Amino acid sequence: MSRISPLFEQLRQQNRTALIPYITAGDPHPDATVGIMHALVEGGADMIELGVPFSDPMADGPVIAAAHERALAHHVGLIHVLDMVKSFRETNLKTPVILMGYQNPIEAMGTDRFAELAQAAGLDGVLTVDLPPEEAEPASKAYRAVGIDPIFLIAPTTHAERVRHIAKVASGFIYYVSLKGVTGASNLDTDALASRLQEIRSDCGLPVGVGFGIRNAETAAAVGKVADAVIIGSALVQLIADSAAVTNTDNWATLRQKLQDFMAQIRIALDKKTQN
Amino acid sequence: MDNPENRKINPTIAAFDAATFNFAQYPDEHGRFGEFGGKYVAETLMEAIQELQDAYAKFRNDPELIREFETDLRDYVGRPSAMYYAARMSEAYGAQIWLKREDLNHTGAHKINNAIGQALLAKRLGKTRIIAETGAGQHGVATATVAARLGLECVVYMGSEDVARQQPNVFRMKLLGAKVVPVESGTRTLKDALNEAMRDWVTNVDNTFYIIGTVAGPHPYPQMVRDFQSVIGKEARAQMLEKTGRLPDAIVACVGGGSNAIGIFHAFLNDKDVALYGAEAGGDGVATGRHAAPLTAGRPGVLHGNRTYLMEDENGQIIGTHSISAGLDYPGVGPEHSWLKDLGRVTYDAITDAEAMSAFHDVMRYEGIIPALESAHAVAYAKKLAPQYGKDKIILVNLSGRGDKDINTVAKMEGINL
Repeated sequence: MSRISPLFEQLRQQNRTALIPYITAGDPHPDATVGIMHALVEGGADMIELGVPFSDPMADGPVIAAAHERALAHHVGLIHVLDMVKSFRETNLKTPVILMGYQNPIEAMGTDRFAELAQAAGLDGVLTVDLPPEEAEPASKAYRAVGIDPIFLIAPTTHAERVRHIAKVASGFIYYVSLKGVTGASNLDTDALASRLQEIRSDCGLPVGVGFGIRNAETAAAVGKVADAVIIGSALVQLIADSAAVTNTDNWATLRQKLQDFMAQIRIALDKKTQN
Repeated sequence: MDNPENRKINPTIAAFDAATFNFAQYPDEHGRFGEFGGKYVAETLMEAIQELQDAYAKFRNDPELIREFETDLRDYVGRPSAMYYAARMSEAYGAQIWLKREDLNHTGAHKINNAIGQALLAKRLGKTRIIAETGAGQHGVATATVAARLGLECVVYMGSEDVARQQPNVFRMKLLGAKVVPVESGTRTLKDALNEAMRDWVTNVDNTFYIIGTVAGPHPYPQMVRDFQSVIGKEARAQMLEKTGRLPDAIVACVGGGSNAIGIFHAFLNDKDVALYGAEAGGDGVATGRHAAPLTAGRPGVLHGNRTYLMEDENGQIIGTHSISAGLDYPGVGPEHSWLKDLGRVTYDAITDAEAMSAFHDVMRYEGIIPALESAHAVAYAKKLAPQYGKDKIILVNLSGRGDKDINTVAKMEGINL
C-alpha cells in the first residue's frame, strides 16, 4: 500500500484537510527541485504532486506550460524526475509523492519499467492527464502490482455513471477538476463546488481532492471546508516564474523561503476549520 | 532508426488478405485500429467526445443529413472534382500520370469536404462557436468558410511560424470573419496549434465544436474525417473505370496528418492489385533528423488523443519537425495510417524538400497547374515510382490542393524578392 490512504485516514481522524502543492519537476532548475519539495513540506504540505515535463502539455494553461518549457530547457525527462523522488526520500519517508503528467513519456520508458523504477524511488501515485479509464487498464494494473495508486480525474462534465466507474478503477484519492478549462483558470464558485462534491461523494468512497482555480488562502479555506484535499498548482508555479531563481542559482534559498511562507499561510487558513 | 519494434504487426491481423479484409469494420468500438487510435484525452473532454460519437453515429444513418452533405459537396464545393490525364508529365516521367484535382474544390483543397461534414454536425448539436487548428491554413480557410456560411463564431489557432509563412491564407481567414490566434508556445507550428485548440475546447466545451482538420485526434475524429474525405476515392475509382476501363496500378498521396491520403486510399483498400503509396515530408532528408516523417522514422506513442507513430526523443518528448510544407509539418500521423503501415497495405516513404520543389515546377511547367507544396510531395513520389512501373501503367496522384498560398515560400526558397 502507498502512503496515500494512511495519510487521508490520519487527516480524517484529525478533521484536517490535506494540502497538496504542485510544482513542475526541474523548474526552475533540476538541482532546485528536491530542496523545493522539502520547503513545501516545511510549509505544511501533506503530499507533493510533481509534474513530469512534457513537450505538449495540452491540459495545462500558460503558467504551467511555461514551467514545462523551463524544465525542458534543462532536458528533464521522466528518469530524472524519478531520481528527484529518490533523492527526496533520502530524508523524507513520510510525505506521499505523486506524479502528474502525460502518457507519452511513460510509454517511451515502458510502463512496466516505469512502475518498477517508480516503486524503487518511493513514489506513491501516478495521475496521467490524457489517460482516461477507457485507456488506463494496462498501466493501472502495472501500478497496482507495485503498490502505486493510479489516480484519476473527475471533471464538472463527468456524469454520475462515469463517477461510479472511475471510483472503481481509482485508488488513493480522486482529483476533482473544479473548472472546465486548463490549469491556472480562475473564478471558482465554491457554493456550486460544495453541491457537486456532495453528489460525487454519494457515488464514490475515495477521498476527493480539489484542484484548478485555487490561488490563495481564502479560496483554499473555502474549498477546504468541503474537500478532503486542496491542490494548489499555478499560484505556486507563478511564484517560481516571478522569482530571480529562474536565472540565478544564488536565489534558490530565497525562493524556497517564499514558497514555504506561501504554503504556511494556506496551511493556517485550512486548519482554522478544526477550530471552528 | 530501423528498430524492429517499429515494424511490429498486430498479431490479430497479421495474416490478412487485402481483397477480403473488412477494412470498414475499423475502427472498433473503442476507436482503435489494431493497437492505434483510441481516446487519450483529459476527463473534462470525455463527455464531449461521447456526445460527438453519438451524434456522428446518428449522422451515418440519417438519410436526410447525408443528402444535405452530398448536396453541399455538389453545389457549394463543386464536386465531383475532375480526374485529369497529365499527358506531358506522363511523357516526362515514364508512366501514365493521372491527377485527382482536389485543388479545384471551393477554397482550393480537399479540406473543405471534412469541414462541410463537421459543420453539419456542429449545427445539429446546437453549438454556436467553431474552433480549428491549421498548419498551411487550408483547413483554417475551409473552417472559416463553413462558419461564415452558418453564421457561427470562428476561432482558428495557427502556429506563429506558420502565420508568418502563410500570410495569404491568414488574410483570407480574417476576410471570412474568423479570428486567427497565433500560437507562440513550443515549436510554433501545427502541433502547438492543436494543443491550443484542445485548451480552448476544454474551457468552452459547452458551446464549442472543435473541427479537427485531419484523421488524427481522439475517436471518433479519425473515423469521421476519413468518412467525410472518402468521397475522393469513391469518385476517383468510378472516374478511373469510366475513363480507362480499369483501376490504376498505383495511387500516391502526401501524408501529414493524412486526411487526403486516407480519403483517396479508402475506396481502394480491397483492390489488392492497386498499390498504395504515402509520401511523408522528408525535409532536409530523413538522415539529417530535420524532417516530418513519423511513419518512416518514428515509433508508436501517444499524442493529441490517439496512439500512433510519432517523432519523439528517448524521453518521449515530441521533437520539432521540419518541412517546406506547413501542412505536412506535424510530428504525428492519423492512427489508421500507422495501422495500414504495419499491415503492409500502404507503403510510406519520405520525399525531401528539394524533391518536392522540383515536382512543384514540373506540375507548373508541364501541366499549367500550381500544386500545393504538400501535393508536390505526392507528385515527387510518383516521379520516383514511374520508372518502376513503365509507360503502360497508371499512377494516380491525389493533387490535394492548389499552391497559390505557397508562392511566397517558393520565391524565398529560390532567393527571389517578390
